[in-house]
Amino acid sequence: MKISYYPGCTLKNNAKNFEDSTLCSLNKLGIQVEELPRWNCCGTVFSLATDDLIHHLAPLRNLIRVKESNSDKVMTLCAMCYNTLKRANERVKSDPESLDKINEFMYREKVKYKGDVKILHLLELLRDEIKFETIAQQVVKPLKGLKVANYYGCLLVRPKEIGLDDVENPTILETLTTVLGAVPIDFPYKTECCGAYQTVDKPDIVAERTYQILTSAQSQGADIVAVSCPLCAFNLDHRQQHTVKKYPEFKHIPILYFTQLLAIALGCPEEALRFDLHYVDPKPVLKEKGLI
Amino acid sequence: MRINISKRKIRDRFVAKIEELSGQNLLACYQCGKCSAGCPAVSQMDILPNQIIRFAQLGFKDELLKSKSIWICASCFTCNARCPKGINIAEVIEAIRQILLRKREDHVQVQKLSDSEKGDIPPIALISSLRKFTS
Repeated sequence: MKISYYPGCTLKNNAKNFEDSTLCSLNKLGIQVEELPRWNCCGTVFSLATDDLIHHLAPLRNLIRVKESNSDKVMTLCAMCYNTLKRANERVKSDPESLDKINEFMYREKVKYKGDVKILHLLELLRDEIKFETIAQQVVKPLKGLKVANYYGCLLVRPKEIGLDDVENPTILETLTTVLGAVPIDFPYKTECCGAYQTVDKPDIVAERTYQILTSAQSQGADIVAVSCPLCAFNLDHRQQHTVKKYPEFKHIPILYFTQLLAIALGCPEEALRFDLHYVDPKPVLKEKGLI
Repeated sequence: MRINISKRKIRDRFVAKIEELSGQNLLACYQCGKCSAGCPAVSQMDILPNQIIRFAQLGFKDELLKSKSIWICASCFTCNARCPKGINIAEVIEAIRQILLRKREDHVQVQKLSDSEKGDIPPIALISSLRKFTS
């Protein structure tokens, strides 16, 4: 199976661990990943103001690149890219007049966009196309005894029109971690916002959110927290530095992308996990469980 | 708290502008408070999400434009998902931010952030902060 891939900005630097672990895992699963040529920033947030059409150009231009590479389906990993691309696409599909206007703005593009690209998150590709049963058969190192709190954040599940699972109680990550042999831990903060971009000018808010979310996961016995968004990963992992200053009794907990767990279970080498990019080192707990 | 409700305020262009930019019918709100009950950021807010809607209905322009809350909301969409009347509260808050931002009143001045503040912030955080908090 071949799939077009839109990486987005952060996958190429701070979240290289997300990208490398994904590419290794998909290679093990026999999927051919083709990165889009000339992709640009998705805009990171979907424009909410009704009259703000100009900011939909960035996501839609990427969908034109998908059409240009003779595909009508694109996979993305980042929750923010997924949300922005998918919402922009839904927006123009339901409003042909604004689609015409946006196409006129992009008059230099050779392809006129028609709203006909399907945006898939990697989790959907794993669940609906590759299938979890197939993944289960490919697991060479079951994540035995690893207690994982799965954190979804906002943009994979909201708004519900574009979410990839139940809006209030998603379980796709729990199902995947079970397939990989780990023990999923339930906790009430799995879809609560981490503070997102407030991390830039109000890091205190994020340190507080991080404290609430992570201590809740810890109270349920989690060894690690699995995430699927590079901004959540930054806030929950790197902002622990702030959290511990605010709450000295706070104990660090490693944050991993769900794809790093997938990569370990499928037997990818440690280079694909890029633990050097983490603030809280996941190696001690993974060594203790005999996983690396 | 003493508040002054007037026809003049309710019919102010400000209220119509919020409805236009957000695409929402403000009068659909019956103040059940579910938005504020589920909002993960209320502890930081001076006006709660349900109060924002009420203030918007009544045209309390100064109170809304000066509020801290509009810059605390990170558009997590929990309120939207839970509103029994289908109002997109996050869009209403976005509309109020936009009214200020379109007058070039930026909330974040990235050039004023020190190198240590910027630290190793990922591009996704910087771009989204600029998109939401600057004109």
